[in-house]
Amino acid sequence: MTSMAIPAGMPQYDDVPRFDVAKVRADFPILDREVNGHPLVYLDSANTSHKPRQVLDVLAEHYAMHNANVSRSVHTLGTEATEAYEGARAKIAAFINAPSVDEVVFTKNSTEAINLVAYAFSNASLRPDGDPRFRLGPGDEIVISEMEHHSNIVPWQLLAERTGATLRWFPVTDQGRLDESGLDDLVTERTKIVSLVHMSNILGTVNATSRITARVREVGALLLLDCSQSVPHLPMDVVDYDADFIVFTGHKMCGPTGIGVLWGRGELLAAMPPVMGGGSMIETVTMAGSTFAAPPARFEAGTPPIAEAVALGAAVDYLTAIGMPAIQWHEKELTAYALDALATVPGLRIFGPTVPVGRGGTISFALGDVHPHDVGQVLDSLGVQVRVGHHCARPVCTRFGVPATTRASFYLYNTTAEIDALVAGLEQVRKVFE
Amino acid sequence: MQLDSLYQEIILDHYKHPHGRGLRDAADPAARVGEAHHVNPTCGDEITVRVATDGSVFTDISYDGMGCSISQASASILHELLRGRAASDAAVVHEAFVELMSGRGQVTPDEDVLGDGVAFAGVARFPARVKCALLSWMAFKDAAARAGVGVSPEVKA
Repeated sequence: MTSMAIPAGMPQYDDVPRFDVAKVRADFPILDREVNGHPLVYLDSANTSHKPRQVLDVLAEHYAMHNANVSRSVHTLGTEATEAYEGARAKIAAFINAPSVDEVVFTKNSTEAINLVAYAFSNASLRPDGDPRFRLGPGDEIVISEMEHHSNIVPWQLLAERTGATLRWFPVTDQGRLDESGLDDLVTERTKIVSLVHMSNILGTVNATSRITARVREVGALLLLDCSQSVPHLPMDVVDYDADFIVFTGHKMCGPTGIGVLWGRGELLAAMPPVMGGGSMIETVTMAGSTFAAPPARFEAGTPPIAEAVALGAAVDYLTAIGMPAIQWHEKELTAYALDALATVPGLRIFGPTVPVGRGGTISFALGDVHPHDVGQVLDSLGVQVRVGHHCARPVCTRFGVPATTRASFYLYNTTAEIDALVAGLEQVRKVFE
Repeated sequence: MQLDSLYQEIILDHYKHPHGRGLRDAADPAARVGEAHHVNPTCGDEITVRVATDGSVFTDISYDGMGCSISQASASILHELLRGRAASDAAVVHEAFVELMSGRGQVTPDEDVLGDGVAFAGVARFPARVKCALLSWMAFKDAAARAGVGVSPEVKA
């Protein structure tokens, strides 16, 4: 065997940020369990991630010791709960390098965050004093892409129906990349918002956004990035990405369900009318009318998911302590390993980029003619948990001519041994069906 | 859970060699024809079932679709069991199959009524797959109703 030295002056192998995967795995109680008599092999983190003990403890501790409503109590528990809730907001702002804590709006999930922006548009369109950046009508255009999750398609379809605006989309190439060749014709002076997935939940593609951002700025539109699949897996800096809004969800990044985030530029959030009305979002209320609080409170009507937000803060602490660059590198290595390993399975076809560049650790594939449901069922009998179906991204399946796919997705706690278990399981699938 | 109980040999055989697959026109131009298209929104499986009837007997049941082994084998078995049967007989079989699939593995199937359909007893223990097994049967029920023939008193699925 010959060995090659990395030339001096280049980053050396040991320079790459790393962490102890075995130690991380020990933090996740669920990874100790068995499924159908086999050790759990969880390859479905794009669906939802597992939660480390550090997050579960904070969730339990909050309810056990600091439970009270936020932003309305003068008593000690109320103060503790409010500090914990707002403290979590500050942690999340730092995690994505938001210029201001007030730019972080807590939502239920990414879906709610996207709907919030879409409804702000339609509410502004109904008000004569609505900010022109948010006013939509016939002749205006909304641009998405063919690789969106349903949550970044349907809210815009509904908004287009309500306002008479037109919905357009970027196509996807055969390699599973965003087709930017028609960018200048697609994003024009008629475009009011471009809402684009940062990392595809089905193809794994990580979209390069700089050309699109430049074009969005040129035509004076707004840019929303759906970061549901990227914020959990790579370092995010909203200033560097120069987006107007990003959305992500807590349960895919070691946090609980029921908590998500809308980040928006401060001046844009300030220009948006309220969407949900209720307690906490007002300035003053009379029977004749109300005035509204400044963001983020304006968009957080009612009692929020307090413990969930606090636990998401703990998740961010956990990820930060390990280091997002190290997590990104770990997943890059897993992805490279998996792409090579899957290429050895006869009859396997990958949908999406087949090189570990410009993609994350989410790999969709077909195994011959075997239906994904059957693939998933055989894998489950071996303890291997993958997702099967259209992954709430049916236009992608249509684009590649399949009703459904099988998807394996990785996170910080996955190992190459688990990818070996997947490949061995796929051999078992072939035995049953071929 | 034992995979063998789900993928019985009979099911795999119907999947690999489906019986009566492909939509057909009714042989008798006077026949009443009904058709229904059902999808499983969670996985994208689809089936179209077409029935032809003289009002009392299902003279033909044809189907086309795409989906997993369970959904496609189930359609093949439905064709085998119900084609040429009187509507009243078909209703009994339909009810027995739905009861079996809704039984969470607690129902013992009667082979005299369900024929190859008894192979689906194991599927009932996999809640995520019950919908797959019932897809063609629900489409059949709708298609029969559109042809003016009721086949099932009450279906809970």
